Amino acid sequence: MTATPDLKHIATAFSTAAAKPVRRVIICAGTGCVANGALKVHQALIEKIAAEKLPVIAELREEKAEGSVWVSKSGCHGFCQMGPLVTILPENILYTRVKVGDVAEIVETTLKQGKPIDRLVYADPTSGAHCVHGTDIPFYKRQQRTVLKECGHIDPDDIREYISHGGYEAAEKAFTKMSAKAVCEEVEVSGLRGRGGGGFLTGKKWELTRIQTEPKKYVICNGDEGDPGAFMDRSVMEGNPHSVIEGMMIAARGIGADEGYVYVRAEYPLAVRRIRYAVEEAGKLGLLGDNLFGSGLSFRLHVMEGAGAFVCGEETALIASIEGKRGMPMPKPPFPAQSGLNGKPTVINNVETLATVPLIIRNGAAWLRGIGTKGSTGTKNFALTGHVANTGLIEVPFGTTIREIVFNIGGGVTRDNGTLWPDGFKAVQIGGPSGGCLTTEHLDLPLDFDSLKTVGAMVGSGGLVVMNRDTCMVSVARFFMQFTQNESCGKCVLCREGTRQMLALLDDIIEGRATAETLVTLETLAVAVGKGSLCGLGKTAPNPVLATLRYFRSEIDAHVFQKRCPTGRCKALRTISIDAAKCKGCTACARKCPVHAIKGEVKKPHVIDPAVCIKCGACAAACKFDAVMGV
Amino acid sequence: MEPVTLTRKFEKVCEILDRYGRDPGKLIPILQAVQDEYRYLPEEVMAFVATSLDLPPARVYGVATFYAHFALEPKGRYVIRICDGTACHVKQSIPILEAIRKRLGLDEKRHTTPDMLFTVETVSCLGACGLAPVIVINDDVHGQMTPQSAVALIDELTTKEAAK
Repeated sequence: MTATPDLKHIATAFSTAAAKPVRRVIICAGTGCVANGALKVHQALIEKIAAEKLPVIAELREEKAEGSVWVSKSGCHGFCQMGPLVTILPENILYTRVKVGDVAEIVETTLKQGKPIDRLVYADPTSGAHCVHGTDIPFYKRQQRTVLKECGHIDPDDIREYISHGGYEAAEKAFTKMSAKAVCEEVEVSGLRGRGGGGFLTGKKWELTRIQTEPKKYVICNGDEGDPGAFMDRSVMEGNPHSVIEGMMIAARGIGADEGYVYVRAEYPLAVRRIRYAVEEAGKLGLLGDNLFGSGLSFRLHVMEGAGAFVCGEETALIASIEGKRGMPMPKPPFPAQSGLNGKPTVINNVETLATVPLIIRNGAAWLRGIGTKGSTGTKNFALTGHVANTGLIEVPFGTTIREIVFNIGGGVTRDNGTLWPDGFKAVQIGGPSGGCLTTEHLDLPLDFDSLKTVGAMVGSGGLVVMNRDTCMVSVARFFMQFTQNESCGKCVLCREGTRQMLALLDDIIEGRATAETLVTLETLAVAVGKGSLCGLGKTAPNPVLATLRYFRSEIDAHVFQKRCPTGRCKALRTISIDAAKCKGCTACARKCPVHAIKGEVKKPHVIDPAVCIKCGACAAACKFDAVMGV
Repeated sequence: MEPVTLTRKFEKVCEILDRYGRDPGKLIPILQAVQDEYRYLPEEVMAFVATSLDLPPARVYGVATFYAHFALEPKGRYVIRICDGTACHVKQSIPILEAIRKRLGLDEKRHTTPDMLFTVETVSCLGACGLAPVIVINDDVHGQMTPQSAVALIDELTTKEAAK
């Protein structure tokens, strides 16, 4: 058995060693930055520093630290689009889009002389200002990072660094100074609500599990983040996996569980690897296992990789999956709190919820209540993507408006080619396939659990996809319907068949076959699917369609009654024609047309035969005079 | 030849089964390990797993068909996954899918090239939305793709294979 770890000693030893290097270079090694070549930059930096005969260390060991350059990796910063990101301490210089070719200059100018390199720092596209420090960048400046505070700064593979920032102190407090009941109470009083979409009070869920008399109980971390367009949980698991483990330990203490599972989506190989390694490291230090902190209590943790089923994000389906079955939901009650994994009382919490827990135990319930709104306390992570200048992961207090997020943090709406489009805002899709759309009229709506419900949307897991005015909302609704139809597990008839029919009806609209009756059937079905489904997937599947019917009725009507797509995105409804005034008769389009639908003499305006045209748009791409209309 | 390869096949499976203590509750990790080994789930292997775990073969088959990650057919050497999550979708991932399919002569029904070199599939989100649109070839993520750059990647791989 491992002795109780002395957290203070580990923290002090690490901080002492960490003070010795002259500089620290932190390379973001999240999924996004790795895809852009961060690991090559990391390797090149180490080699270049060594070639310059400077002492370099890739891992902090006290005996080698003195006067060295410490090159380490971190998890996701959230500013993926500008990756690979490189931070240099103590100056706190942030370089963006660093390539291997920049390494020599970084070593020479910044590491040797301590000077920033102007071309590598972030330039604000609106003001043109160069931001040498990460904290100067509007994208970061306007966020309030608590759960993500350490992400992008600490080395996720070094448990000592997490401990040196106060890590596992909260777990120690929960196991040695608090009763199980007190742990549940503290979390309940903090007002923490489930970040996975449900918004149920976490402390209440724990208390309901704690009072069960069954001696065997489980804690499960739901890291099956399946919502397309959401990557908050991935970033937390990659950037600060120990915060999730500590949250699970506290949950185990609160409810009296001795075993837990982290269920991670298989599409996140890096998160799986980091969590597995973190569990191993925590076990070695005696933070997982038996007699934790001398309390006599045990907690063991397993990591399970998902196998690609969206419905497993639903808690009862997730339990079935851990048990080795098809991931199909079960009716509730009984709730997992009463009968969950292997029939035992089980608490299932989302990654972000669990990562918030250590902060509550450490800083007190009142601290969380001081952030956010009355009904939705604390902060929320959102994945900001789509047609917005700064895409990435953000953390803001509940109650922040969409305007603040899209225009100030996100830097405004963009066109397809990425250039700014000041009045291009059309909608924000929130909550993924279960959520809805927010339009210009909602720009000043505070984002929290309750106010979103009033407009037919939900926080969901926190994906925010910004859409510009070139986006066809009917296509977006169809996209989500296809997703849920695909992912429906098939248990409930209305979900299985209803979503298929709704998808067919949406296809009718997009392909010009719809009538007034289509819309009536679509609405009736939407209500029926919501009512006739067992789990969240089916219950919320019609939301994107209902939101489109509610806020973009005129756009749907144009498709149905005028057979016209206002954005021109729906191929079947396009009529492509040539502007005779602009056409020079160069024949470029006629030569490119794969079906020979374009006729005309040289140097005279050409004409497209709509009966033959397949609306592929090749003519528009070939035209040098911008004469093709309707593509 | 056939009996020899089959024995070898089951030796590997036995090793995997033992690693998970022949626990029926570990069916999913077992199938994942089997698929890592063979790149898909051969029918006879699934039947073998079922018998070894004392489960009805239908139960194993049911799990294998339920989860998107399990493949019942062999996949190509290069598995190209085009992300069609919301962020990639609004940033025009479908034209990329179409361009790749066209280049490889594949369509909605045929996912793998006859030479077993490429398999093309879509995935609902890879969580790399900041780089949208994204494609993944085996384990390498490629961000901010266009139909042209995606086809160029495929051509590069084809040339590399032809040179072998």
